[in-house]
Amino acid sequence: MIRVQTEDFDIGAEIAALTAGRGDIGAIVTFTGTVRDQHGAVTELTLEHYPGMTETELHRIEAEAKSRWPLQASLIVHRVGTLKPGDNIVLVVTASAHRDAAFDAAKFLMDYLKTSAPFWKRETGPDGANWVDAKSQDDDAAARWQKRAAE
Amino acid sequence: MRVLYFAWVKDKAGIAAEDINPPASVTTIAELMNWLKARGPEFANAFERADVIRAAIDHSHVRHDARIAGAREIAFFPPVTGG
Repeated sequence: MIRVQTEDFDIGAEIAALTAGRGDIGAIVTFTGTVRDQHGAVTELTLEHYPGMTETELHRIEAEAKSRWPLQASLIVHRVGTLKPGDNIVLVVTASAHRDAAFDAAKFLMDYLKTSAPFWKRETGPDGANWVDAKSQDDDAAARWQKRAAE
Repeated sequence: MRVLYFAWVKDKAGIAAEDINPPASVTTIAELMNWLKARGPEFANAFERADVIRAAIDHSHVRHDARIAGAREIAFFPPVTGG
C-alpha cells in the first residue's frame, strides 16, 4: 500500500492496520524519516511532489520489492506540504515471515524512493529558502541494489 | 502537449504548467529543452543546467534522448530529494 498525504501518521496504528487478522507475519520493520533542524539552519521544510507520477513510482517501487522478497505486507506513507523540525516525513513498513527479508526490503524501498519518487524538499531557515540538492550517496545506495540483482 | 515544471525549474521558469506546440523538428527531450530555452530569459535560466534536469513522459522517468512523439504530458524537474 502507498499513500501521499499532508497529515501526520501514527506508526503504531499503521502497523496494527497492516497486520490485522494475519497470523503469518513473523517480522515487522519500520523506517521513519523526520525533519532535522541542522543546528538551527532549518526552521521549515516544504515538500513538493508530482501528483500522479508520485503514486505511479511508489507503486512500481513497492511491486519491485515484493518481487525480490517474500513480503506479507508493505506500506509507504510520504507526507507533502510544509513541515517543522521533528515532524515525520516518510514511513516505510515491511512485514515478512523472517527478519532478513523485512530489513532488506525496507532499506531497498527507502533507497529507491530517494532516487526515483518525484518529491522535492525546500528548506527555509534564517537565511532564506533553498531547494535541497540531491546527494550522490543516495544514487550509490540505489545502484548497489541493481548490482545485487545482476549477481 | 502538456508540460509541467517542478521545484527550481518551476521557480526559474515562473510557470508550473502550460500547453505547448513545438515544431515537428523537435523530436527528443533534449531538443525540447533547447526549444524551450530559446523562448525567453526565464526559460534560458531554467534550462541553463539542462544536463542536471530530469524528465518524465506520461509519468515515467526518461533519458534526454527519449523521443517525445505521442507524449501527452512531459515534466521537467531537478533530481528528486524525497524521503
